[in-house]
Amino acid sequence: MLEVKNLKKRFSSGIFFKSYLDAVDDVSFSIAKGETLGLVGESGSGKSTVGQCVIRLIEPTGGTIMFNGIDLRSLNGRALNRVRPSMQMIFQDPDSSLDPRMTIGQSIAEPFRLKKVARNEVKGEVLRLIEKVGLSPEHYNRYPHQMSGGQNQRAVLARVLAINPLFIVADEPTASLDVSVQAQILHLLMDLKREYGMTMLFISHDLAVIRHMCDRVAVMYRGKIVEQGPVSAVFESPAHPYTRLLLSRTEEAEQSVKQENGSGDAKGCRFRGRCSLARAVCETTEPAFREIGAGHTVACHMTVLPKAEITHE
Amino acid sequence: MITDERPGENRPLVEVYSLKVVFPTDDGIVRAIDTMDLSIREGEKLGLIGESGCGKTVFGHAIMRLLEDTTKVTGNIVFRGKALYSLDRESMRRLRGKEIGMILQNPGASLNPVLTVGSQVSEVLVLHKGLKKRTAWDRVVGLLGRVRIPEPERRAGEYPHQFSGGMKERAVIAMGIASEPVMIIADEPTKGLDVTVKRKIVRLLKEVTVEKTMLIITHDLDVAEEVCDRIAVMYAGELVEIAPRGAMFERQLHPYVQGFFQSLPDRGLKPIPGMSPSLIHLPEGCRFHPRCNRATGRCRTEHPEMIDTGDGRCVRCFLYA
Ligand SMILES: Nc1ncnc2c1ncn2[C@@H]1O[C@H](COP(=O)(O)OP(=O)(O)OP(=O)(O)O)[C@@H](O)[C@H]1O
Ligand code: SF4
Ligand SMILES: [Mg+2]
Repeated sequence: MLEVKNLKKRFSSGIFFKSYLDAVDDVSFSIAKGETLGLVGESGSGKSTVGQCVIRLIEPTGGTIMFNGIDLRSLNGRALNRVRPSMQMIFQDPDSSLDPRMTIGQSIAEPFRLKKVARNEVKGEVLRLIEKVGLSPEHYNRYPHQMSGGQNQRAVLARVLAINPLFIVADEPTASLDVSVQAQILHLLMDLKREYGMTMLFISHDLAVIRHMCDRVAVMYRGKIVEQGPVSAVFESPAHPYTRLLLSRTEEAEQSVKQENGSGDAKGCRFRGRCSLARAVCETTEPAFREIGAGHTVACHMTVLPKAEITHE
Repeated sequence: MITDERPGENRPLVEVYSLKVVFPTDDGIVRAIDTMDLSIREGEKLGLIGESGCGKTVFGHAIMRLLEDTTKVTGNIVFRGKALYSLDRESMRRLRGKEIGMILQNPGASLNPVLTVGSQVSEVLVLHKGLKKRTAWDRVVGLLGRVRIPEPERRAGEYPHQFSGGMKERAVIAMGIASEPVMIIADEPTKGLDVTVKRKIVRLLKEVTVEKTMLIITHDLDVAEEVCDRIAVMYAGELVEIAPRGAMFERQLHPYVQGFFQSLPDRGLKPIPGMSPSLIHLPEGCRFHPRCNRATGRCRTEHPEMIDTGDGRCVRCFLYA
């Protein structure tokens, strides 16, 4: 359904001396219909940028994005507007997706009106969705500021259902919510996804959440995917030292503070400054992807190949 | 003769009796804390956890007497034998920062954007330690080094926006410990930080608070498990369960606390139905009864008291009466 190849996004800043940041560098993945791919990584690793490029909220610098057989990057204006409703984004902050001057009922009704659903049917449809996402009819006439964060995120989901997209990008949809509300919203999202057969790119820095929500996961580190595979494989046998660091409960040695800032240079592996396995080759050559299991790939020089492959050689 | 009683070990440093905090608002009276009884022993690390809006921050502010004048506070808070709400403003101001250090929920808000990080740490030293500016600066550099800010001499002269999120949190910790307070109140010290950064901050917090008393307010059970000796859980303005860390993580007694633990992504992601109550219209009886699957008739009409179940545990639920 979605195939992203060699996606790049470079941000530039400064007027006289341009400086560049490759927020997304050569990222490739695909998502099958009905599947959920998780994108995990620390803040600033480029997760949200990938999500926004994919549905062309921002212009990528390079690469191709094929959606249902259409090359999204070649579309412009009208053609893009026709595809847009089939792709929706759910943001971290529900307030930014709801118009503060519209009541919840009006916000959910808007997509129906754009689709030219008969006026007398709209209210019924809206109330049906309001109940579907666990709100009650009393919320119909409320404004976003009169609702809690969790209630607003439910309203956002109802609006997304009204649009009925094929594909959603959910960018940390519960990061601003409480744990118990988070559990409610994530369950709702999973149920609705199943019922409506939607395909999803789910962005989060929380590995435990990814594990619950996703079929496959891609781990990003500073603009690059370093490991990708089925959730069970990546969580049970993480191969990249960075994935292992994220999954372990112990912490890394304190040597790496310098690495917290700065974008690093292009040569070599980007993780080498924090990596306890780093050797000379990691300084000079960027690691390529290797397949270490069914659909499980990793970009690291020091990853040990599975036994079967070694004996074959 | 050596006695069993080790002096100091169990002495309470802070005792809170029948604390109520009430905010009058246009919509009605918000009963943010109603009622808290709690003591924190010398050297203890107590974790206060609970959902957003249950009153954790207000509790921390009540101890520091940081609430606005329009807020109604009743009850008693005793710190090192002094009744805090009987102190005059000046004595309270001296005590705050000098004896109780604060590490706030939002490092962005506790750092002043127009002053260098070093001068903000220095201010604490000048104010509470009576140091001269010149001597304070050496201490500042030492403190920044202690919280593992690299190149502290250079970094001290930089502004907050030049610091990453983790570095800002380190600077805020440096300010919290600068005056060598006996007690630290840390409100969500790891909020918004990435996992790997979070682990480092937690380790640092543990390191700089050895032998100190700490109240750590957090939603993050990993942090609570790592740092605390005892865990207290709040729901809708009151405590519902207190237990030593090990016991709490092994088994939760209160139905809400069980639900809270199980709603975490790595413990099942199982939601608690319903929503936290409004603090203006608190439910009759047990405040959790509208969401509790074990509620009986009694839970709907009678408000449960804290029940001591032995082994240092207390729970507010009729199931244990
Ligand atoms: N100045 C105020 N006026 C009115 N209500 C207030 C005021 N300050 C806090 N409250 C209310 O008191 C309750 C407790 O707030 P508090 O900040 O202590 O929550 P918290 O447990 O720290 O939540 P969080 O985890 O989100 O930080 C909330 O319902 C809040 O809206
Ligand atoms: S007192 Fe009753 S309603 Fe409250 S938590 Fe216990 S069983 Fe549930
Ligand atoms: Mg708070």
